[in-house]
Amino acid sequence: MKEMKSQTLQAQEGRNAGFGTALSRVDGAAKVTGQAKYAAEFTRPDLLFGVVYTARIAKGKIKRIDTSRALAMDGVVDVLTHENSPRVTHFDLKLKDMSAPTVGHPFRALDSDDILYPGQPIALVVAETLEIARAAARLVDVDYEWQDFETDLKRATPFVPKVPGVGERKPKSRGKAEAAFASSPVQITGDYHLMPEHHNPMELFASTVFCEDDGRLTIYDKTQGVKNSHCYICNAMGFKRAKVRVLSPFVGGAFGSALRPQYQLWLAALAAKKLERSVRVVMTRQEMFGHGYRPECYNRIQLGADDQGHLKAIINSAVTGTSSYENYTESIVSWGGMLYQCDNAKLDYQIARVDTATPCNMRAPGGATGTNMFEIAMDELAYASNVDPLELRLRNYAERHQLKDRDYTSKALRDCYQRGARKFGWEKRSPEPRSMREGHELIGWGMATGVWDAMMAPTSVRATLHADGSLEVGTATADIGPGTYTMMTQIASDATGIPVERITAKLGDSDLPFAPVEGGSATAASAGTAVQKACHALMKQVLEQANQLENSPLSGARMEDVDLVGGRIQLSENPAQGMSFSEVFTAAGLDSLEAKKFGRPRMTRKARNTHSAVFVEVRVDEEVGMARVTRVVNAVAAGRIINPKTARSQIIGGVVFGIGMALEEESLADHRIGRWMNHNLAEYHVPVNADVPDIDVIFVEEEDHEASPIGVKGVGEIGVCGTAAAIANALFHATGKRLRDLPITIDKLVTD
Amino acid sequence: MSTINTTINGKSEAIQDVDPSTPLLWVLRDHLGLVGTKYGCGIAQCGACTVHIDGSPVRSCSTPVSAAQGKSVTTIEGLAVNVGALTAVQQAWVEHDVPQCGYCQAGQIMSATALLKANPNPSDADIDAAMSGNFCRCGTYPRIRAAIHSAAKAQRGEKA
Amino acid sequence: MNRFDYRRPSTLAEALSLATDPAVRYLAGGTNLIDLMKEDVERPLSLVDVNHLPLGNIEDTVEGGLKIGALVPNADLARAARITQRYPLLSSALLAGASPQLRNAATTGGNLLQRTRCYYFYDVATPCNKREPGSGCQAIGGLTRQHAILGASEHCIATHPSDMCVALAALQAVVHVESARGSRTIAFEDFHRLPGDTPERDSNLEPGELVTAVELPAESFDIHYSYLKLRDRQSYAFALVSVAAALRLEDGIVAEARLALGGVAHKPWRDREAEKQVLGQAPGREAFGRVADTILAGARGQGDNDFKIPLARRAIVRALDQAARAAPQRQVEKRIS
Repeated sequence: MKEMKSQTLQAQEGRNAGFGTALSRVDGAAKVTGQAKYAAEFTRPDLLFGVVYTARIAKGKIKRIDTSRALAMDGVVDVLTHENSPRVTHFDLKLKDMSAPTVGHPFRALDSDDILYPGQPIALVVAETLEIARAAARLVDVDYEWQDFETDLKRATPFVPKVPGVGERKPKSRGKAEAAFASSPVQITGDYHLMPEHHNPMELFASTVFCEDDGRLTIYDKTQGVKNSHCYICNAMGFKRAKVRVLSPFVGGAFGSALRPQYQLWLAALAAKKLERSVRVVMTRQEMFGHGYRPECYNRIQLGADDQGHLKAIINSAVTGTSSYENYTESIVSWGGMLYQCDNAKLDYQIARVDTATPCNMRAPGGATGTNMFEIAMDELAYASNVDPLELRLRNYAERHQLKDRDYTSKALRDCYQRGARKFGWEKRSPEPRSMREGHELIGWGMATGVWDAMMAPTSVRATLHADGSLEVGTATADIGPGTYTMMTQIASDATGIPVERITAKLGDSDLPFAPVEGGSATAASAGTAVQKACHALMKQVLEQANQLENSPLSGARMEDVDLVGGRIQLSENPAQGMSFSEVFTAAGLDSLEAKKFGRPRMTRKARNTHSAVFVEVRVDEEVGMARVTRVVNAVAAGRIINPKTARSQIIGGVVFGIGMALEEESLADHRIGRWMNHNLAEYHVPVNADVPDIDVIFVEEEDHEASPIGVKGVGEIGVCGTAAAIANALFHATGKRLRDLPITIDKLVTD
Repeated sequence: MSTINTTINGKSEAIQDVDPSTPLLWVLRDHLGLVGTKYGCGIAQCGACTVHIDGSPVRSCSTPVSAAQGKSVTTIEGLAVNVGALTAVQQAWVEHDVPQCGYCQAGQIMSATALLKANPNPSDADIDAAMSGNFCRCGTYPRIRAAIHSAAKAQRGEKA
Repeated sequence: MNRFDYRRPSTLAEALSLATDPAVRYLAGGTNLIDLMKEDVERPLSLVDVNHLPLGNIEDTVEGGLKIGALVPNADLARAARITQRYPLLSSALLAGASPQLRNAATTGGNLLQRTRCYYFYDVATPCNKREPGSGCQAIGGLTRQHAILGASEHCIATHPSDMCVALAALQAVVHVESARGSRTIAFEDFHRLPGDTPERDSNLEPGELVTAVELPAESFDIHYSYLKLRDRQSYAFALVSVAAALRLEDGIVAEARLALGGVAHKPWRDREAEKQVLGQAPGREAFGRVADTILAGARGQGDNDFKIPLARRAIVRALDQAARAAPQRQVEKRIS
C-alpha cells in the first residue's frame, strides 16, 4: 500500500490530532462522571438474575443435585443444572473460540455430571431479583463423588505438548549447549519459580442477554472480542448469527481473561434460551478465582559464559500447568533463546496437567513469566562473571533474532539501555551488594531487559463520512482500557484532517466489521492500520466526487496534490482552491460516503518485537523485611507512538503488574483439597497506591513500517516484561539475597 | 419493607418498598439506575462502590440503605453541581489521563474528593495512605497522585 | 446470604430486649458482619441495627481516662484531639488499619468483635471448628501464612486481625457491656479468648450482650510509644505481625512497659512476665531482645507461618526501640523509623 503523505498537523489543543499527539482520552469525561456503562449495567424491566452455584470439590462427579428447596423459594423462576438444561452443540470445534487452545475440549457448563475443576459452575439459580437468586443458591444441595485430583504442579507429570498433524511443539534449540555449558568457565544454575496469578480486573465478568420481541437477542458481554463471543455463543446455543448482536462498549479491565468467553455468557444464554426471558449473570469476586489464570511455572535456567560474560550456553527448561481438558501452552523459554547472542541453546518446554480451570492468557503470557526469570538469571551471570548487569546485556546484544535467525524489522534496544540508564543514573551504581544505603535502609538498583511480540491481525474498519462533515469509524474491536476509542479517533483525524470532536469511534458491537480479540498488544497496529486505510479510501472517494463536479476547484487533482485540513480538501499548492466536505456532499447530492477496508500485516520474514530496558530502585528495611519499590525508569522501543499519554499509561499499568508479580501476587491453593483459598481481594494482594512510586517512561521511537503499515507495535504488555526481574535484581543488589521464587514476600526476606 | 427518605445528589428521594437492609449500592444501581457507582467485590474490599454520605466516603456495598435515612448521598453522577460540568478533581482526572478501563474511577474520584476536603494540601504519603483502599488493576496510581496534586492546586486557586 | 429480619430500635433497652438468642446479631457499621453474611459465614436470622443508640460520644472519666462510646467510628476516634494528644498509640493503630472508607463506617465496638480472616473460616466449602464446632480445622496442615504462632490449639489456629485491639490491649482498656440482665465491665485482656476447645467463641461476651463503651485508663504513654505493622504490601492489608509498644521512662530507666502483639494469636498477645523483664533497665536492643525471646519462647509455627517467629522477634525489638527513641512509626510513612 502506498503511503499517504503524513497528514499530521499542528495540534491545536488536540483538535487535529495526528500521530504523536498527547490527546486526552475521548471517553475520559464519560469515565469520570459515571456515564460509561459496562456489561452488567444495561437493564430493562422483566430482567431475570442468575446466580451461579459452584462445585465444592476439585474433581469428580455430581452424584445428586437437589434444587427443590431453591425452586420453592418465592421469586425463583428456575434452577438450571446438567439435568435440565437445553442441549448445546455437540461439536467441540464449534466451541473453540479465537483464543482457545488448539488441543482439548472446551469447557461446557452444566453439560454433564463431571466436575473438572474447583469452582466449576454446576447450577444457575434464576430469579426475579438478585437477592432472591442469591438466597436461593444457598439452598442448593449437592452430593459429590470425589475423584483423585492433583492441583500441585510440582507433583504433576510433565509432557511435551503435541499438536495433531504438526507434532511436538518444541522451541528450537541450536548448537551443543550441554557441552558448551560444561566447558564454560563461568556457570550459573538456577531453579526459578512463579506462583499462579489471577487477572482480577476490577469489573466482574457479566453478561446480560436481552430477548427482543422479534426473537433476536441483544447481549451485553464483558469480552475482549465481541465477534469471538458472538460466534461462540451462536455456535454453542444454535442461535442464528444474524439474530444475535453482542455489545461491549466499555470493559472494566480484562488483562487477557476475556480473550475467551467466560462461563457467565454461556449460563446467561442457556437460561435465556430455556426460559425465553432476558437474563443477567454476574460473577462474584470469588468466582473470578475460578476461571482461567496465569499458570504456575517451574523454570531451570543454566547459563555458561566466558570470563568476560559472553554467553556460550543457554540451557532452559520450563514447565507450566494446564487443565485436564485442554492443552494450554505458553512461550516461556523462547525469550531467552532469542534475546542474546549465544551459539548454543537447549530449550525445553513442557506442560503438566493440574485440576484447575484451563489457564488463560494474562498480560504478556509466557513473556512476563519467561523473560523475567531469564533476566534474573542474567543478573546472576553478571555477578558470577564480575560484569555490570547492563554491560552484560550489551556484551551479549544480538542484532538478529537468535531463535528465528532473522533480522528484526527494528530493534532500538541499545537506545533503550542507554537512555534508560542515563535517566536512572545507573552509572552511579556501586556494584557490590549491600553497598548502597540511606540511613538504616539498604538501597538496591537492578535492571532487566524486556521483550514482547509486535503482532498485528487482520481487522476491518468501516469509515462513514456524513454530509455535515462528521466522521464515524467502526470495527468490532474492544477498549479494555488501552484507549482504543482514542487511538481510532486520532488516526482517523490524522488521515482526514477532521477535528477530533467531529469524529466518533465505534467498537464493541458484533454488527461492526470484523476485528479479532483485543489482545497481544496488537490492536493499535491492527485496528489503527485499518482505520487509516478506510479513511484514505474515504478521502479518495471525496476527491473523486469533487473531481466530477462542474467547475470543480479540484478538477484533475489527485490525492498527492491535496491537503486535508479541518474538514476541507484543498490543493497543496493553492490552499484557497478547495472545498469543504460538506460542500462536496451538497454539490454531489450525497448524504454520506462510506469505505470499508481490511488492514493486514505486511508480509515479512523479519521478526517483529518490542523491547525495553527497565531500571528499578528498591529500599529495604532488612530488620523487618519490608521492601518497597521507590523508583522505576522504563525505556521502551515500540515503533511509533500514536498517543504518548495513553501509551505511557499502558506502560505504567504493565509496570504495576510487574510490581505485583515480583512482590505480592500469588494464588494459593490448598493441594490437599484442590481449592484456591485466597479467593478475595483482601487475601489476594494486588498492588495498591502505596506500593507504586512515580514511574518514568521513555519512548524510544522507531521508524518501522514493516512492523505494521502505520509503524505501530503496541505497548499493552511490554511494561510487565523485565519489570519483575529488575525488582528481584534490585533486591539482590540491596540485600545480597538472591531470590528466585516469585513473589518475593516478607517471609523470604527475613528467613534464610 | 420501608420507605427510605434520603437525598441523592441533591434530589429528595423517597425510596419505596425497599428492605432497609438492602445495600445502598444495589439501591443506587438497580432501583435508581445510577450505575456510575460500581460493584467490584461486594464485600467492602475494593473501593469501587465508594459514595459519600454527608460528605464522608463509605463503601456502599456494605452500607444498608437505612443508613442513608435522613442523610445526603452523593454519587459520581452528582459530584459536579451543574450537569455537564466537571469538578476540579474530575477535570484533573481527564487532563492527567487517569482513567484507563474506567471501572474503579468513580470510587477513586469519590475518595480523592473526600481527601481534598479533609486535607487541601496532601503530600504523596498522605495520598497513598488515603487512597490505598481503592484498587486499580490498570495501575493508574501515579496519575491519581498527580491528578490529586493538580486538583488540590486548582482548588487552592493556584496554577496547576 | 440468608433471609433475615431487620429491626432498628431507638433505645438501648429496646435493643437489648430484642437480642434474645444467638441468631440475633447487633449491626453497627457492618464492615465485618455484612461481609460475613454475604460469604454465608454468619447467618443471623435477625439484625438489630444499633446505629441510632446514644453510644457515640467520647467522655472524660473521673479517673482521668476516657470512655469511648461503642459507636464512635474508627476514623473519628483516630482523629479526635483527646486521642491524638493523650493516646496517640491508639490513634496510630487505628490509622494502620483498613482504609479511610472502612474507618468511616467501622465502629469501636465492631472493631473489637471483628472475626478472623482465616481462609478456611471464610470459605464455607471447608470445615471450620469456629464456624461449626466439631467439624475440624482445615487450616492446620494447610495454608497457614496468616495463622497463629502463639496460644493456638489443635482445634483452631486463627488470629485476631484488629489493629485497634492491639493498642487497647497495651493500654489496658476496659470494655463496658450491657445486656437485659444488667451491665458489667471486662478487662481487655479477658475480653478476647484463646481458642482452646471452644474456638467458636471469639470473646467472653454472653449472648445478648452489647458492647457500649471502651474505657481507657489515665496512663497514656503519649511520648514513648509505637505501633508497628508488618504486612504483605505497603498498605491496606492485615498484619502478619504487629506490635503496640509503650514505655514510661523515668530518668532514662524503664518504669513501665507494655507490649502487645497482633497477627500472632487468637487475641492480642500480652505477656506481662516478659514486660516486667525490662523494668528498671535502660532501654536497649539487647534488653528488648530478651523480652522478645521470653514472649516467643512458646511460639510454634504451623509451616507457612514459621517466619512469623523471627519476624515477631525483630518487630518487637524494633517497635520498642522506636518507642524508646520517641520515634513512633507514622502510618503514612513507608519508611520504618
